[in-house]
Amino acid sequence: MSARAAARRPGLNRYRFLRIFWRVVLLLVVAIGSVIFILPFVWMVSTSFKATDEVLRFPPIWIPASLRFENYIEPWARLPFSTYYKNTITVVALNLVGTLLSSSLVAFGFARLRFRGRNILFLILLSTMMLPSQVTLVPTYYLFAKLGWVNSLRPLIIPVFFGSAFNIFLLRQFAMTVPLELDDAAKIDGCGYLATYWRIVMPLMRPALGVIAIFQFTNDWNDFFSALIYLNSPKNFTIALGLRTLQSTILYVPMQQVMAMTLITMIPVLAVFLIAQRKFIQGIVITGVKG
Amino acid sequence: MAQAIGSTKGAVVDRRRHLSQRAKEEIAGYLFISPWIVGFLIFTAGAMIFSLGLVFFKTDLLTGFNFYGLRNITKMLSDPLYHKSLQVTSYYAFAVVPLSLAIGLIIALGLNQGLPAQSLWRTLYYLPSVTSGIAVAMLWMWIFHPDAGLLNQALLMAGIEGPRWLYSENWAVPAFIIMGAWGAGGNMLLYLAGLQGIPTHLYEAARIDGASSLRTFWAITIPMLSPTIFFNLIMGIIGSFQIFTQALVMTSGGPNNATLTIMLYLYRKGFEQFQFGYASAIAWSLFVIVLLLTLLVFRSSAVWVYYEGEVRK
Repeated sequence: MSARAAARRPGLNRYRFLRIFWRVVLLLVVAIGSVIFILPFVWMVSTSFKATDEVLRFPPIWIPASLRFENYIEPWARLPFSTYYKNTITVVALNLVGTLLSSSLVAFGFARLRFRGRNILFLILLSTMMLPSQVTLVPTYYLFAKLGWVNSLRPLIIPVFFGSAFNIFLLRQFAMTVPLELDDAAKIDGCGYLATYWRIVMPLMRPALGVIAIFQFTNDWNDFFSALIYLNSPKNFTIALGLRTLQSTILYVPMQQVMAMTLITMIPVLAVFLIAQRKFIQGIVITGVKG
Repeated sequence: MAQAIGSTKGAVVDRRRHLSQRAKEEIAGYLFISPWIVGFLIFTAGAMIFSLGLVFFKTDLLTGFNFYGLRNITKMLSDPLYHKSLQVTSYYAFAVVPLSLAIGLIIALGLNQGLPAQSLWRTLYYLPSVTSGIAVAMLWMWIFHPDAGLLNQALLMAGIEGPRWLYSENWAVPAFIIMGAWGAGGNMLLYLAGLQGIPTHLYEAARIDGASSLRTFWAITIPMLSPTIFFNLIMGIIGSFQIFTQALVMTSGGPNNATLTIMLYLYRKGFEQFQFGYASAIAWSLFVIVLLLTLLVFRSSAVWVYYEGEVRK
């Protein structure tokens, strides 16, 4: 046995060498691939600091001669970007409160309380997850138009306060894993249902609430369609809609400034992703939702 | 102790109180779920019924409802722009879905080899998928710029004169496809999770049996990953048929309607021209198309998707 192993040793060395060689090749390919994926971002950042004559130069310059921060300051001052930012933050903040509160309340009801028709109602809730949003687009618009809410932030916020089927489902599954004895103990201590929900189940659902909050934030920040159909006047624009105004030929915004504002639009979402990366990826894998 | 005795006594004496406890829970249950019930009745059930009804009417915000019979549908079926939008959207979807499935899988396989700094690579590949919508559209408009854009400058350095991308009838949709493939990181994450769920003993058994790595890939990795592929495929179909932002912002449907997608056409009819009946007809047609495709994939899944622990008939 040992003699055979010894006879093989030179071959084994060659095998090891080949293995390491292929791993280095693979690492290189992976690294080059990731550079290609990141290059558009690098190009954006680079463009946003360039002077006008550097923008159009061939071959392209990656590092501008000097960092022109004016590209950020000038459009921010000239156009109502601070208003766009303020509106977006309003929508995002209220929607976070709305979705966390409503979805967890409903999930608590489905997970912890017994009432007639509970299972059928939950089945209905599950089936609504598969319904297409485009079909309800026109009626929803019609409703908000009749209410006189078009060109206000209300259509972007109010619907969230009714809970989303997907979040309710996620939280309900999570709440099911919390032992029912805790509810009984709370009851003995004189807690009503609302207190049980708020003091016992809510804190234990925190991990799932975190995932939901991250997704709600990125979705609202990136949301373009609702803003497009509901908001008409620039004082109500969110950042997504405000960014689009840079395309207008009347304003004539040079490319380096467009890229600067695009970067400013992306930064909050990128920052949340990079900070809460583990939670984010875990959430995607659990829910199958892609950013 | 005294409390315990008191409570058993109470249960015997006061049955009515016990019943009302049950009723209280029932009422509380309905109250807790009431936000969803109200939302469901208004924004889901009500909206869908209204939407279906709208198909048979001609209406906008100002005039009333005029009964229109099936004319919205017949008009749509003979509308050349509607046909064009179907064609554009299917072209995009049938190219971008397989492409991002494949790219996502290739990256995931590469990252699953236990390379150093694995989470760094994963982050870099996933980053484009975090950003979406308008900012990405603005960024790629600049990259696709025919003269000064990054892509054509890179091509020029390789000695190729690039196409005019968004300004070209033939190259505008391929430009969207490239953008779509750039977002394959979402698929990759799910594949990675799937790959990590494959038990290593399967690979060990294959190695003992002397299976080549290619054979192992087709006989173990792909079947074990098929539920993830299936999921990515379904989500990909649903998402790609709703392509909108790129078409509106980057090309506004042009040139010569080369990028008129279904959602863009719906948007124009519904929210620019306020033809609510016609827009609803388009919306339902999009729903039916996606539903049929999804069902087709579901039906086919019996043949190619492998579920561990599945009870075979």
